[in-house]
Amino acid sequence: MKRTMTCIECPKGCTLEIEADGARVISVSGHQCRRGDKYARQETEAPMRTLTTSVLTRGLELKMLPVRTSRPIPKDKLFEAMDAIKRLTVTSPVKAGAVVATDFLGLGVDLVACRPLEKL
Amino acid sequence: MKERELVIVGGGPAGMAAALAARAAGVRDVLLLERDQHLGGILNQCIHPGFGLHHFKEELTGPEYADRFVRLVREDPAIEVSLRSFVVKLTGARELSFLRPGALEEVKARAVILATGCRERTREMIAIPGSRPAGVFPAGLAQKMVNIEGWIPGREAVIVGSGDIGLIMARRMALEGVRVKAVVEIQKTSRGLVRNVVQCLEDFGIPLYFQHRVSMIHGRDRVEKVAVVKVDDDFKDLPGTGFEIACDTVLVSVGLIPENELLEMAGGEINRRTNTPVAPAVNLTSVPGIFACGNACKVYDLADSVTKDSELAGRLAAEYLGAAA
Repeated sequence: MKRTMTCIECPKGCTLEIEADGARVISVSGHQCRRGDKYARQETEAPMRTLTTSVLTRGLELKMLPVRTSRPIPKDKLFEAMDAIKRLTVTSPVKAGAVVATDFLGLGVDLVACRPLEKL
Repeated sequence: MKERELVIVGGGPAGMAAALAARAAGVRDVLLLERDQHLGGILNQCIHPGFGLHHFKEELTGPEYADRFVRLVREDPAIEVSLRSFVVKLTGARELSFLRPGALEEVKARAVILATGCRERTREMIAIPGSRPAGVFPAGLAQKMVNIEGWIPGREAVIVGSGDIGLIMARRMALEGVRVKAVVEIQKTSRGLVRNVVQCLEDFGIPLYFQHRVSMIHGRDRVEKVAVVKVDDDFKDLPGTGFEIACDTVLVSVGLIPENELLEMAGGEINRRTNTPVAPAVNLTSVPGIFACGNACKVYDLADSVTKDSELAGRLAAEYLGAAA
């Protein structure tokens, strides 16, 4: 079975052609770099996305702290992750890269602060 | 009046890159003025990934991309950062007046770089008819509300225009539990990046209507619904194609306008159609010693390109100042 998809790895947005047998990729074409090939295979087998959102803070200089998952998580876990993040509050100052939650949702990824925030 | 070698207006990606490049090219004294309480500019509210692929060869979020430059700027004692500092006046002789809490400061610069960025086009500028209820926001303002202030602007949203900010806000609102019912684009194609159509709309099942326009916003106190109609190649309404979408929020993502009021005040020539400086080359203006970079110079798609061109602006200013590398 052949399908086409748009690569989302960079702003170029290459059109990828994937020949696959179900979730088993046979060949990929149309990509201009290795990231495209990897994306096509991953997207066919199990779509993953890096989640970026913001977490409520208390006593820090901004009300919201931007965060990201340290690695992509399964696309179908995005809303579950959002629900869990809404229950978090960050109360201590952080530096960019600080881990806000470890082994988030048992997915083996951390939730990481994207900027420093100091006390109010 | 205090004299400074180089004054940069705006501490976003453009201003920071210009400051660092000017220093690297030998400028000894830089004053960086930023009106917000943090450096970083619009990057602070762009919490999505997609930054840094060119400049850092890795994918970063906006705040992470900003933080890398903030650290370098803060490490350099020859760059003085003045936050909550709003420039209210610039003359052709490069005298600046700026307000900071409790003071009006005046400074004379040997060179000035304007890195003032853009503001958003609004509902009024594309003339969507209808009443004037609460719930109509420029998409970038909604982005600030959600990502920095922690407010969700509504429960059911329609987005007008498929620029990158609109697409990214469609995903952001969907993740926050808002029902994003449609993105309405009058053109035949999206003005945003294809990757954003895919990862922001298709991932979340948000319909994108090309060659459609919002013909009316209904609502008394709050937005209640919008009327949508299909248009032909000349943007004329096609009869019988109208339909309505119930919603309480409309986000308007219809482009950016470079902010060049300071340059205008200083007697610089401005292109009235694009609001960009009239100049023989990128980063120059018609006033000697006044440079412009980043989105104030032209509207960029990528922050990485802003960084690259703004570094050139920093070097041009250094050259103008006759700084020895």
